[in-house]
Amino acid sequence: MSERQIQIEVLRYNPETDIEPTIQAYTVSCLNEWVVLDALNYIKDNLDATLSYRWSCHMAVCGSCGMMINGEPKLACKAFIHEYSDRIRVEPLVHFPIKRDLITDIEDFIAKFASVKPYLIPKEKRPISDGEYQQKPEDLLKFKQYTLCINCMLCYSACPKYGLVPEFIGPAAISIAHRYNQDSRDGGRHHRQEIIASSEGVWECSFVGACSEVCPKHVDPAGALQQVKLASTIDWYREHLMPWVKK
Amino acid sequence: MSKSNKPIVWGLFAAGGMATALVTPVLTFLTLLTALHFTPSLFTYECLHTMASYWIGKLIIFVFVTLSLWHSAHRMRITAHDFGIRSDLLIAIILYCVAAIGTILTGFSLLSIH
Repeated sequence: MSERQIQIEVLRYNPETDIEPTIQAYTVSCLNEWVVLDALNYIKDNLDATLSYRWSCHMAVCGSCGMMINGEPKLACKAFIHEYSDRIRVEPLVHFPIKRDLITDIEDFIAKFASVKPYLIPKEKRPISDGEYQQKPEDLLKFKQYTLCINCMLCYSACPKYGLVPEFIGPAAISIAHRYNQDSRDGGRHHRQEIIASSEGVWECSFVGACSEVCPKHVDPAGALQQVKLASTIDWYREHLMPWVKK
Repeated sequence: MSKSNKPIVWGLFAAGGMATALVTPVLTFLTLLTALHFTPSLFTYECLHTMASYWIGKLIIFVFVTLSLWHSAHRMRITAHDFGIRSDLLIAIILYCVAAIGTILTGFSLLSIH
């Protein structure tokens, strides 16, 4: 197994004691098979126990190790060392306040995510004795890709609109709303539309497409947002030009 | 939160995007051919003038010209915002007014072709 000396430059910041963030460099002998997260774990275990970052699964499922790697939003567990030169810069996800080192404050995202009601709202209440909801494979296909989102927030860091307009509900939250809107078992679209069809909702999106480029699970949030725009436009024309047509 | 009224302009923007994506490359190609003195007989001035004298021809030209205008207006509004220009309302009013005037002028000039 080949090894390489890599200089890992990590942004360090403790808002309670530091005036501004600084960059600290660590030299790590990395195996070629390693990902950036392995290098961070090595630093934490052997060089500097004070380094703070989030991680859990190490297999691109939990979505907690999102960070800027050489300026790009990436999952540290999916960023292979062999794809980088001998110097790698690791910083917290941009567009989020820093809590400590590579850990960001994600309250804003959590609140926006919850605001779009990301759960099934059945069309009508049914007793459990009626059995399960049935769904055909083609119904599942309509939204399956949007279920793959792991809430890693890379899309929020990649989105220039979220950087400019912090009120923007953002790619992942609107995509998950779209996922439930497309679900044949769901009847809650009009509740979600109040949020996602507002000016802070889908209409802040200018279809830059960076969200879909960085998405580690190929959810294609940009595509979801375009579909939401089209559906919201049809809604608008129906509500204003044909108010007598029932929703 | 109340629902946005942006669908009015976005609808025109999206339709215009589709129209320009399909037609603009062809128009660019034909313009290039004309510049190289190779004008297909169907695209001579007389042919196009005759086309514009029929109602269906007027309608087709009107739809493509005006949708392109509204598409460009909205695209420039978004681009201005992306460049960090924050007076969105003023820019929107100016650009959409240009598109609206262009729409009216297109209508009048097409109606004047007999």
